[in-house]
Amino acid sequence: MSGVSGVSRASEVSGVRGLSGVGGVRSVVATVVPGVVRAELRRLVRWPALWVLGSVWLALNLTFGYVFPYLTYRTGSSVGPGAEASLGQMLPDQAPLAVVQGMPMFGGALVLVLGALAVGSGYGWGTWKTVFTIGPRRGAAIGGTLGALGVMLAALVVATFAVDVAASTAIGLAEDQALVAPGLTDTLSGLGGALLIAAMWMGGGVLLGAITRGPALAVGLGLVWSLVVENLLRGVAGLLGSLETVTNLLPGTVAGSVAGAVGALPVSDPNGTPGVNTVWDGSAATLLLVAYLVAFALATVGLVRRRDLTG
Amino acid sequence: MTDDIVVTNALTKRYGDRVAVDGVSLTVRRGEIYGFLGPNGAGKTTTLRMLLGLVRPTSGAASVLGARPGSPGVLRRVGSLIEGPGFYPYLSGRENLRVLASYRALDDVAVEAALTQVDLTDRAGDRYKSYSLGMRQRLGVAAALLGRPDLLILDEPTNGLDPAGMADMRDLIRALAAEGQTIMLSSHLLGEVEQVCDRVGVIADGRLLVEGTVAELRGTASLVLRVDPLARALPVAARVVGAANVSTVDSALHLATEPSRAPDLVRAMVDAGVDVHEVVARDRSLEDVFFAVTNAAASGEVAK
Repeated sequence: MSGVSGVSRASEVSGVRGLSGVGGVRSVVATVVPGVVRAELRRLVRWPALWVLGSVWLALNLTFGYVFPYLTYRTGSSVGPGAEASLGQMLPDQAPLAVVQGMPMFGGALVLVLGALAVGSGYGWGTWKTVFTIGPRRGAAIGGTLGALGVMLAALVVATFAVDVAASTAIGLAEDQALVAPGLTDTLSGLGGALLIAAMWMGGGVLLGAITRGPALAVGLGLVWSLVVENLLRGVAGLLGSLETVTNLLPGTVAGSVAGAVGALPVSDPNGTPGVNTVWDGSAATLLLVAYLVAFALATVGLVRRRDLTG
Repeated sequence: MTDDIVVTNALTKRYGDRVAVDGVSLTVRRGEIYGFLGPNGAGKTTTLRMLLGLVRPTSGAASVLGARPGSPGVLRRVGSLIEGPGFYPYLSGRENLRVLASYRALDDVAVEAALTQVDLTDRAGDRYKSYSLGMRQRLGVAAALLGRPDLLILDEPTNGLDPAGMADMRDLIRALAAEGQTIMLSSHLLGEVEQVCDRVGVIADGRLLVEGTVAELRGTASLVLRVDPLARALPVAARVVGAANVSTVDSALHLATEPSRAPDLVRAMVDAGVDVHEVVARDRSLEDVFFAVTNAAASGEVAK
């Protein structure tokens, strides 16, 4: 520690950063985005797990939304009106639906993993301990994480839309189809629905990360629930009618209803997507989904605030 | 403005039936280096966690910088390193500090200053996960130094450091104290505490056994005399240094007096016909104090 001989106090050469000295975009960001969110964004954008999971989602969305359907269409596995409908789903005006249709199940599972890792890993690394002793209230710190993850989700949804528009445009050009841009209303409802579904699943992952205070168990439990347990329960509900009331309220069912409400084809349709359903209408599904999101967020904040941090 | 920076009153933490911290009342004064000394599992870290609001006390009270522990206003004035550093492994040391600085609205200059203080500037751009244990510890101290805290709480700051690194850390702590920084330092390394601390609290089994300056705890030095016959030597020693300062241990005279009294004692013994076989001057170290009070506590001599 060579600096010891001439120890200089940090404050002698630094000061609390004022907004007035920061220019341009940084100034705007600093003004509108709370410090806790900026701090979390700063570390999240450099987190390899985020880029890996985001890339996997984009690849899955592209593969199952366009590559496989187009190969099926081109190889003649689908003929007649079904083939035309299949091609119609791959054109640019349907891109918002391509974004939302994968969210209830696979997209949701991936962002749940992201949420569980974002919070659970902090316990393993000891970073929550560091953050909670640096100044912000615990509620504000975890709120910053939720806010930053929300920003990341919004970016992911927009990136997915951009990829889907590009893929559908390429298919439209290859098949000599008229290229019609998606309507504004359709785009907003599709992307909004996708963001809401993703946020709900991520909130679930964040809560699991906080409950288990580690990434591995949170991810395992979340995946088993979203991909296995809910589907098993729905299967049992088909045999045991009284269970249907419960399964209709499960997060996956509600998320699927939001996707169905904005126009994604339900799994019961020949061209439908797993996870999409029409159990609830748009308003009810949206309300339930928001309720889940708020409940997950409040439960996380409450848990983090109340519990001793001993690890 | 009070000079008591940290005050605890009967601070207690229970986990079920286990009492981790048992009625600890201590005081850390402005500008001092307070050594919180105790064996592993004594309750040091739990106490420090309560002072930072990470753990809620079961009972008792604590005040840090005049306010409730863990409140944001207090935490912004406290730098801490508790039970090892906690950083994002995929970020560099510098980026880790920048993230933490964002929470306190500090600029990059503060980050560079902290890195310089712990001599980590050269490796600050490397990922944290590539750091050695000692470098991680130094980054933890750098994080604690961000933003000129009024109080530093360092839990085992020399963990993982090699001897040179430990010496550097001691120098850093002394230098910070010389600038008026108040430091609360926990350790199980007796020599470390003895070298750098002004006052010391000794904790064992969750209880604060003794608290005072290092000099107060060490008390006066002593002389050990092996003499024959012992019975004839006792009144002679009592006459020279006072009966209250005389005791016998393992057939030797233990005299609580300065070593400079040795010539007078030997002369008196010889004049009284006592043979003096050995005279040993003994400074009471903090280690002696530590084992004396912890052993006394273990045998029930220290009242709860």
